[in-house]
Amino acid sequence: MKIRIKFSKHGNTKYVGHLDIMRYFQKAMRRADIPIRYSEGFSPHQVMSFAAPLGIGIESDSEYLDIEVTDSIDSSEAIKRLNSVMCEGIKIIEWKQLPDNSKTAMSQVASADYFVLCECNDISPLDKAEILVEKETKSGELKQVDIKPMLYSVKKTEGGLLMHVAQGSSGNLKPETVMKALRIDEYHIIRKAIYDISGLTL
Amino acid sequence: MNNTFLNEDILLKVEKPARYIGNEPNMCVKNPDNVEIRIGLCFPDVYEIGMSNIGIQIIYELFNRREDTYCERVFSPWHDLDKIMREKSIPLFTLESQSPVRDMNMLGFSMGYEMCYTNVLQVLDLSGIPLYSKDRSEDDPIIFGGGTCTYNPEPIADFFDFLYIGEAETRYDEVLDLYKKYRHDKRRFLREVSHVDGIYVPSLYSVQYNQDGTIKSFTPKYEDVPSIIKRQVVTDMDSVRFIDKPIVPFIKVTQDRVVLEIMRGCIRGCRFCQAGMIYRPLREHSLEYLKDYAVKMLELTGADEISLSSLSSSDFSRIEELLAFLIDYTSVKKINISLPSLRIDSFSLDVMNKVQDVKKSSLTFAAEAGTQRLRDVINKGITENDILSGSLDAFRGGWNKVKMYFMLGLPTETAEDRDGIGDLCEKIAETYFSIPKEQRVGKVQIQASSSFFVPKPFTPFQWASMFSADEYKNMAGQVKDHIREQLNQKCIKYAWHDPDVSVLEGVFARGDRKLSELIETAYHLGCMYDAWSDSFRPDLWEKAFEICGLSPAFYNRERKLDEILPWDFIDIGVKKEFLIREWNNALNGVITPNCRQQCSGCGARMFEGGVCFENKN
Repeated sequence: MKIRIKFSKHGNTKYVGHLDIMRYFQKAMRRADIPIRYSEGFSPHQVMSFAAPLGIGIESDSEYLDIEVTDSIDSSEAIKRLNSVMCEGIKIIEWKQLPDNSKTAMSQVASADYFVLCECNDISPLDKAEILVEKETKSGELKQVDIKPMLYSVKKTEGGLLMHVAQGSSGNLKPETVMKALRIDEYHIIRKAIYDISGLTL
Repeated sequence: MNNTFLNEDILLKVEKPARYIGNEPNMCVKNPDNVEIRIGLCFPDVYEIGMSNIGIQIIYELFNRREDTYCERVFSPWHDLDKIMREKSIPLFTLESQSPVRDMNMLGFSMGYEMCYTNVLQVLDLSGIPLYSKDRSEDDPIIFGGGTCTYNPEPIADFFDFLYIGEAETRYDEVLDLYKKYRHDKRRFLREVSHVDGIYVPSLYSVQYNQDGTIKSFTPKYEDVPSIIKRQVVTDMDSVRFIDKPIVPFIKVTQDRVVLEIMRGCIRGCRFCQAGMIYRPLREHSLEYLKDYAVKMLELTGADEISLSSLSSSDFSRIEELLAFLIDYTSVKKINISLPSLRIDSFSLDVMNKVQDVKKSSLTFAAEAGTQRLRDVINKGITENDILSGSLDAFRGGWNKVKMYFMLGLPTETAEDRDGIGDLCEKIAETYFSIPKEQRVGKVQIQASSSFFVPKPFTPFQWASMFSADEYKNMAGQVKDHIREQLNQKCIKYAWHDPDVSVLEGVFARGDRKLSELIETAYHLGCMYDAWSDSFRPDLWEKAFEICGLSPAFYNRERKLDEILPWDFIDIGVKKEFLIREWNNALNGVITPNCRQQCSGCGARMFEGGVCFENKN
């Protein structure tokens, strides 16, 4: 059966990259004795996938990973067991069963909320009809990209900015790119929520 | 919420910032204000290498089990961070509490290979601690060390306040108790600790040299300081406590698996092998201990792989039962077993068939020499027939890759022995083609590689000579040319190690106290991470030798039997008379039986444990 796990990632763990977080959870599943399903074949691996990779240096209140289990466990028991093997900074918040036909978290991701801790008094550069930012392409060339269509909303809040941006395979805007458009170098990013196409959290 | 010693700007700039943040699952957390002794424990290499070292894990637990002590890890910052720290004068820090290393009471180094010496200096330097013991004050941490290299501690003696000779499990509590008693008087502490068995305080000894540079005398400066340091040994292996909280690194480390130490020591007595002598006698864990330990460590780490650790796992008396248990357990839990150097025979092929993908795996033979004559000289108990019949069984079982390890520059080696390498590889290829075509799998691939023999202290070859890097290159060239003359040469690949590294390793392995200055000079010229081929700078080392007026040839010459060797003051259990006997046996091509066949009276029996007492009451 399919399970979606929600966790937060704070403190020093923001320096742990996405691939290492995958390995971290593979080992944590074994330490917590979660009856996770393994793939078939000569070198079986855990059936596990993440919603959206989080860049190094970014903290998060809501990360998601999907797994499959072979036996049912009580949600609170599973959360307790996983939290007992977590390091400081990573905390399991939810464990919920998904319908068998549900799509992976990764394919559902459509947008995300970020809080950017910074000093910013003027967000008017983002009001323009077109926000051009220089971006390096895969071949190393610089080209101008309009990020406006992917910036769904941005507002000033206490201590910084709250922004709602496109996330996922059909369009992805990094909060760092928005900060570049604002010409702000010093900031600290926290992912607050991830949404699907209908605007519901995963 | 935890914090980091380095600021975010720096951590986001360097490669793999998780090397520097600590906070891994099972890390030991204590309040530094609530302990009496703070110890930094350093493996002088990058995090991924240091965290793969089983010694570090054992000592970390050993110290942290004490309520009055907090032991924290320290590793070498990689080149990128090293540069930033120097530019910005940022001191080196511990991983656990992210505190400056200078705040520690003691800083211990575990040294597994000679090529880490410049990194010891890097760690001291970045920590703001004077490099030489004599230059340090009462306020500086006590600098100590242990590990395989310390069986000849002389090249690094001047940097250390004390060195621990032997296995860590036995004496450290005594050392720490003494530290508590004399913590405000370093000189007194060092004098007292020199009375503890296995502890060597270099500053309490004086060395006199002859005109030719050899040692004239090596004596304690005071009567109460022992003239011989006895290596410390665990006799009952099952008395070693399990690691209760194995740290699980975030980033992928070199040994990303549970390492199960099944025994210490070796019965074989290969004459070039230092580990085979300095870890005598062979001492096994019980099967029950190992089963419990394997399960517990896999549960505590969540690792997906387990590997056996020992010098020769096939000699473990319960190997079949242990592997049967592990294969059962791991197949249920979807855990891989990585097999250590098992002798290739029908049993090991059967095991490998169960745990590995035959198509991807290869067989390994450490033949070490190309002819039977030379294998007898080095007492390597493997025959051509062992290799060819093992290969034949393996080829029939579906394998087609063979790795062959050799050494060049061995005592008594001739051109014929070097040609023997190509001849042996050719015979393996012919063995493959001897089986009917329809039974062969894929195409046979033989990978031969050679390293250059480095004479090590406390081996029968400790008196042997080494050669120059150019001579080594010629030897490797000869092997290569002869391989190219073989009928099936297309199936044989040949590679050899960098001879410059071997020459330097030889200097340190049998070096004396004069080398501290050389290491310091090379470090200041920019040498660091010498064990990494991309970082190793033979040109700078050459310059350092010149500046110090030293030459590799002096250290790598053949030693006379009556010469005082720099490490003679250490008693490892195995006696010099035995080593001399073995050296003569080598020169006469006489083989010596292994410890289980017949006791050769090496001296290790004095430890009163292990194989010396098997089947005896």
